[in-house]
Amino acid sequence: MSSMKKRAELTNLIGMAQAQYAYTIDDGDFYDWPNFFADDCFYQITSADNFAQGLQAGLMWLDSKAMLHDRILSLLEANVYERHSYRHILGQPNISSIDGDEVESETSFMVARITREGPTDLFATGRYVDRYKVSENGAKIMKRIVVLDSSYIDTLLGFPL
Amino acid sequence: MVDPEEVSAKQPTWPAKDGATRVPYWVFQRQDVLEAENKKIFQGPVWNFLCLEAELVEAGDFVAVFAGETPVIVTRDKDGQIYAFENRCAHRGSLLALEDRGNVKDFTCVYHAWTHSLQGDLIGVAFKDGIKGCGGIASDFKMENQGPRKMRVSVLHGLVFGSFDEDVDDIEDYLGEAVLERIERVLGGRKPVVLGKFTQILPNNWKLYVENTKDSYHASILHTFFTTFELNRLSQKGGIIVNETGGCHVSYSCVDHGGSLDEVQKNAYKDENIRSDSDLSLTDMTLLESFKEYDDDITLQILSVFPNFVLQQIQNSVAVRTVLPKGTDSMHLKWTYIGFEDDTPDQRKARLKLSNLIGPGGYVSMEDGCIGNFVQRGTKGAAEESAVLAMGGYSIETSEDRITEAAIRGFWTEYRGRMGL
Repeated sequence: MSSMKKRAELTNLIGMAQAQYAYTIDDGDFYDWPNFFADDCFYQITSADNFAQGLQAGLMWLDSKAMLHDRILSLLEANVYERHSYRHILGQPNISSIDGDEVESETSFMVARITREGPTDLFATGRYVDRYKVSENGAKIMKRIVVLDSSYIDTLLGFPL
Repeated sequence: MVDPEEVSAKQPTWPAKDGATRVPYWVFQRQDVLEAENKKIFQGPVWNFLCLEAELVEAGDFVAVFAGETPVIVTRDKDGQIYAFENRCAHRGSLLALEDRGNVKDFTCVYHAWTHSLQGDLIGVAFKDGIKGCGGIASDFKMENQGPRKMRVSVLHGLVFGSFDEDVDDIEDYLGEAVLERIERVLGGRKPVVLGKFTQILPNNWKLYVENTKDSYHASILHTFFTTFELNRLSQKGGIIVNETGGCHVSYSCVDHGGSLDEVQKNAYKDENIRSDSDLSLTDMTLLESFKEYDDDITLQILSVFPNFVLQQIQNSVAVRTVLPKGTDSMHLKWTYIGFEDDTPDQRKARLKLSNLIGPGGYVSMEDGCIGNFVQRGTKGAAEESAVLAMGGYSIETSEDRITEAAIRGFWTEYRGRMGL
């Protein structure tokens, strides 16, 4: 029972972190996005096909918290694109392994994109393949691989997923 | 959506005197133009990029790709040679390959089990002789020459090209010496490996993206990320090469070891009120760390082959792109990110990090993915108006500067000739 309880607690902890993560991207302050990650972290967006084949390249391939910060900085200060926003719908985290304070989990997501001249579109579906570090202060992402279900990506993948 | 009335209306005339300096917007909008492109360009005497040779290692390996809108299978047969033919059953036209890649001994159609060899020949018809003397195919039916259309194949430095026209110029002549050398510069004698493949869906006509890849004028204006870090200013050393027929090009720029930009160069952007003059700085500069890979100082080389192939070297980020029409106002951009077999782990990592510049979310490429749609929408009600291509004069000549639209004019020159437009 205690292991079930621990699992439930961790699921809850990760779920809370992910709820805040989605809020930050969709409705909150973008600049806070890197704060969900540990300093020495890895973030990648790839397709299920590439992931299954073990191919390394990503649509984003960032291996430090500073790089995540730079991504936001560039989006807000440098890059040119039409106004748009996301709406994340996340599933429950499914914990796959627990190793001390490091927890691996997978979470399904659907992201709708809202553009200036058009209706809400289903933009991406997939799963987060994550490694978290948990402490009393919550869960921080050490590694997040965003695995898109489809290899076909609509033209603009500006904001992080 | 295409307005049926627009389709049925007679195609307007593109005045001959416009040459390649005025491009009417209806060429990006009309269904009859797209149909002619599939026939005269993609199925005509051109070289379509199909895949990397590295994707076909063993006998029986295949990939399913496209030549324009035509589905194509590329295989390696037991004789070690590469073959390409339509992905279309000889019988009733169903797709033969239903996967993107794989290893097979033949292609048997799922519909009625007609079998095709790895070279695209029809070699088997299910129940050909009927059952117990009943049924079977007509007695005069011959399997020879019934197969899907075959392509002539050329492999150049690991790039596989195919043409539906046997009489197409040899690929070396088609490209011209200068472009050929620049392909060799990136791929010659090397063993590429696929690092990843992505397909970007762009809501615009395929030619708008092709124009963009040949447009050395826009690069440092639209792409603020690049210019901020002085990766590509027009005032940097560089140039463009346009081949004799116009449709193939190379745009390149070099790092200037002579020190920082002089005041005149710096002020050039300020004076033009171009966004490039910002003070943005990255926190983690390792994103742009690169290693010495070539015997020259060229840090960026974008190379295109008529009609729809791009070989890109942005520092150590190497990729090939294929531009595929999907209707008049949509296209697929197929990216293959490339490394090389002898990469060290650090070199591989540098390539992966630099690839943040490219693709649908790339710091540089993201704007290229959007601009075609801005044009498509902007010209919606202006079918008979024209774009102007007068930067750098009216020629399609190779030049030492990049503030020119010569490579785009080159594309339209070759396009008009082949289309008879």
